[in-house]
Amino acid sequence: MSSLALAVTLPLLGALLATLWPGRAQPLGLAASLLTALASAWVIAEVWQAGALRLELGGWSAPLGIALVADGFSAAFLGLSALVALGSGLYASTYFSTREMQARFWPLWLLLWAALNALFLAGDFFNLYVTLELLGLTAAALGALGATPEALRANLRYLLIGLLGSLTYLLGVTLIYIAHGTLDLALVGAAITAGPVDATALALMTLGLALKAALFPLHGWLAPAHANAPAPVSAALSALVVKAAFYLIARLWLDVFAPLITPWAASLMGLLGAGAVLWGSWRALRAEQLKVLAAYSTVAQIGALCLFLPLLQGLPAGAAREQLVAALVLMALTHGLAKSGLFLAAGLVQRAAGHDRIAELGGTAQRLPATTFTLGLAGAALIGLPPSGAFIGKWLLIEAALERGQWWWVVVLALGTLLSAAYVFRVLSRAFNQDPTPGRFVSEARTELPALLLALLATAGLGLASAPLWRLLGVAPS
Amino acid sequence: MTPLLYAGAGIALFSLGLWGFLVQAALLRKLIAFNIMGSGVFHLLIAIAERGEQPPDPVPHALVLTGIVVAVSATALALAMGRQLGEEQEHE
Amino acid sequence: MTLASLLPVAIILSSLIPGLAIFLVREESHLLRGLLNMAGALTKLALVGVLIWGVYHGHVYEARLALAPGLELVLSADALSVLFVSLSALLWLVTTVYAIGYLEHSPNRSRFFGFFSLCVSATVGIALAGNLPSFVIFYELLTLATYPLVAHRGTPDAVRGARIYLAYTLSGGVALLIGAIWLQSLSGPQDFTQGGYLSNLSEAHRGALIAIFALLLAGLGVKAALVPLHGWLPQSMVAPAPVSALLHAVAVVKAGAFGIVRLVYDVYGVEFAHALGLLGLLGALASLTILYGSLRALAQDGLKKRLAYSTVSQVSYIALGASILGPVATIGGLVHLVHQGIMKITLFFCAGNYAETLGVHRVSEMDGVGQRMPLTTLAFSLGALGMIGIPPIAGFVSKWYLGLGAIEAQAHWVLLILALSSLLNAAYFLPILYRAWFRPAPAAWPEESPRRGRFETQGALLWPPLITAAFCLLAGLLAAAPFSPLEWVELIARREYP
Repeated sequence: MSSLALAVTLPLLGALLATLWPGRAQPLGLAASLLTALASAWVIAEVWQAGALRLELGGWSAPLGIALVADGFSAAFLGLSALVALGSGLYASTYFSTREMQARFWPLWLLLWAALNALFLAGDFFNLYVTLELLGLTAAALGALGATPEALRANLRYLLIGLLGSLTYLLGVTLIYIAHGTLDLALVGAAITAGPVDATALALMTLGLALKAALFPLHGWLAPAHANAPAPVSAALSALVVKAAFYLIARLWLDVFAPLITPWAASLMGLLGAGAVLWGSWRALRAEQLKVLAAYSTVAQIGALCLFLPLLQGLPAGAAREQLVAALVLMALTHGLAKSGLFLAAGLVQRAAGHDRIAELGGTAQRLPATTFTLGLAGAALIGLPPSGAFIGKWLLIEAALERGQWWWVVVLALGTLLSAAYVFRVLSRAFNQDPTPGRFVSEARTELPALLLALLATAGLGLASAPLWRLLGVAPS
Repeated sequence: MTPLLYAGAGIALFSLGLWGFLVQAALLRKLIAFNIMGSGVFHLLIAIAERGEQPPDPVPHALVLTGIVVAVSATALALAMGRQLGEEQEHE
Repeated sequence: MTLASLLPVAIILSSLIPGLAIFLVREESHLLRGLLNMAGALTKLALVGVLIWGVYHGHVYEARLALAPGLELVLSADALSVLFVSLSALLWLVTTVYAIGYLEHSPNRSRFFGFFSLCVSATVGIALAGNLPSFVIFYELLTLATYPLVAHRGTPDAVRGARIYLAYTLSGGVALLIGAIWLQSLSGPQDFTQGGYLSNLSEAHRGALIAIFALLLAGLGVKAALVPLHGWLPQSMVAPAPVSALLHAVAVVKAGAFGIVRLVYDVYGVEFAHALGLLGLLGALASLTILYGSLRALAQDGLKKRLAYSTVSQVSYIALGASILGPVATIGGLVHLVHQGIMKITLFFCAGNYAETLGVHRVSEMDGVGQRMPLTTLAFSLGALGMIGIPPIAGFVSKWYLGLGAIEAQAHWVLLILALSSLLNAAYFLPILYRAWFRPAPAAWPEESPRRGRFETQGALLWPPLITAAFCLLAGLLAAAPFSPLEWVELIARREYP
């Protein structure tokens, strides 16, 4: 059995089993999580050795058959999903205390993970459509688990907007099929021409994906949906689901449709990204609740990733391009890990305080040193302070902007950095007050440690030990 | 000529559905609009399967079948959530 | 990894590991926390001793870690880094003892000492950074590690002071980051090199190089408290006394000044910087800061505020020394890096003792403290007289070399600045000494704590200022002895001006 197939089928199988035995959903779910993570690790190990993998499902080759493919780019995101899903799943196993909630959570959770893995490994446009839909459906259902009217309303909206996005994407896919008679990413990429059909297809697909990635100004749905979901779900939504849509945008713009991209189109994406950085950070700064703050900071981060597109436009294949793409991946991964850590920690604060209004968090933050530490570590990664991976990503991004003479993106990044520092430290400053000293550092290991580890990976892990990632992405050390 | 007619009708349906989706506020109407949009895309797919004398291209058909399954499940989930929302609101 | 490359890493880890461990220590485990603190500080000092010996004998210590293509974390030890590392390692030990005495009965000790150690780790990292990216990384880490210390007390004032500190330093950090990246995009990845590495860039980059210098100087100037970027320093006086000592003498302000020295000598090269006309800019800013800081200090009644403005003024001697072309002025500026550190830390320890023992916070309350606390006041007097520049205390040596260097470089206006500044120093320090020694003590002190032990205050608070005051005296008296700060700085200057 191939590692690629396992990475998709194991969580699916787990979801099925957890549905069949709702009483044992939790142990089954945890076991399936572990196995899925191992399968992802296997894929990564194989990509590490071979560079790229391709599996023709059922022995049918393209253009008729469907393929699963993995390269460094997708393997990196597969790894991100594994880490975040494993950490958040462990956290959820304590967070959801009733059997009933566990029985509802685990099947959807594993389905979400299966959809993510399938998306990262999909080798053709239509499979991507199916995984996008599956992702949207499970994400909305998970987000509404809390079943409060606000959560239901926000996630119903999220679901409908997601559907709109996927149909727009599907229309683009249809145009691709009309023009090229195949849906295989590699074959389409080889046949791409600078014609109106391909351009329209790209525009439609990008529009649909931008809706799902909450790219400014299409981000309105994100904050309520993410802020009202249960903490482990918000972590996955912000860290993975939104990133998955962006992953696809990056794939299309940097890979499949790369010859088609004009400087204007790339600059437009950059401009939207700049808007997202500034507006998202500003809204995060004004947010009254911790989880709303975290959600808006996701909007800003997607924007920061879009800033890479104008700099990559027209950059010929070679070391410089590979490095910048790797910097993009590094930044996305750091943001994903940090954001999941932040949401998990926010969930703990919310549970301990009974609310998450930032202005009234003082005592709680001081009572939970490990959680506050997590907020700080994750915050440092979100701001892009050293030694986080985002710092390195930002360094390479600014360097590329200066070298290409597009200094205005540097201004955007500088402002974004300061705004994000302002919103992060607005929360952290609550931890300093005159409440009594906490007795110990960690109070509940099973929820606090996963959050802390995720945040630590984002800061120290990806910052100081990113060498394997560069190797995985095929960037030669210079 | 016929494929073009079908394709044109598909685009028209998609646009009509999109308009409804954006304009209508009620969930049920939004869902119907969404399904009309979907039908538009499926129409287009079926239209391009036409290959003159040869038997039609099976790939778009497979896509449409999958698409229908996805659309049905999405509609079902949205309806379920809408119903739960309605119940929760009645409780308040 | 060879043994030689491990040493700089070990010097950083010697405070980083105890620091992280301290976070996990339960609040009431005084002994364990104290043990971790002291073990870290003593290990670091021992390792630094090895480093001094090795660098003196020309050994090369270097560790490299690739962060990304073209971006390396480099730790290496040259004579200049050894100067800063030894200063911070030595003063950290003394400050740790002092902090244990000062804070061991206040809340949130594990958090405090944890960040305290992280702060020193970052400082040592700054000292050992072998290229500009590494410097930027540790410089930002220092900002992060210091923030919780400034906010530590948790009063609204403390949180506000910390916020102002952060606003200044993070903005400075952004300027520094952009400057560093811009520079790297012109020069490619380069290590710090004695004499600089930019002089062979083409003429076309002249304008860019001047702009980059301004950006980097703005970033460094925030921490070095160059006017007009000094606003955070008086505001962060709300922090506990050991933190002030750390900010003013061991870590933050020093990191900024050290960065300016690196920028001038090892990035641009002093002669190239002179050719670009950048030294004049630096000299003007430094002189302005020296005079402005002293004038403001004169008007302060709060003792710590007065000391804070005095720091603003005194640290700029280092920048002033760097702005004058010539080995003698270089010596004057660099040696002040050490001398200002030991003198200012003495003064802050003493200010902390007055506050902790007698509740005296203002200059106007200091009448007769010399009779109640003679040893502390003796230490304070040594520090203050040194700041004014009275021989044979350390500060005299710095000013002497700065003056000689100015004459050598024909920069006679510097003498005027030095004279004016010394007059102002005297004007704000001598009245304090007069009050402390010669005015009668009041009937009751503002808030006297009960006596503990047989000395005027508890031992952990008394010994540190006495020891650092002794350093001030010895650094002046034995300036010509081998391994004295002056001798070491002459070694650096010889290598910079071959």
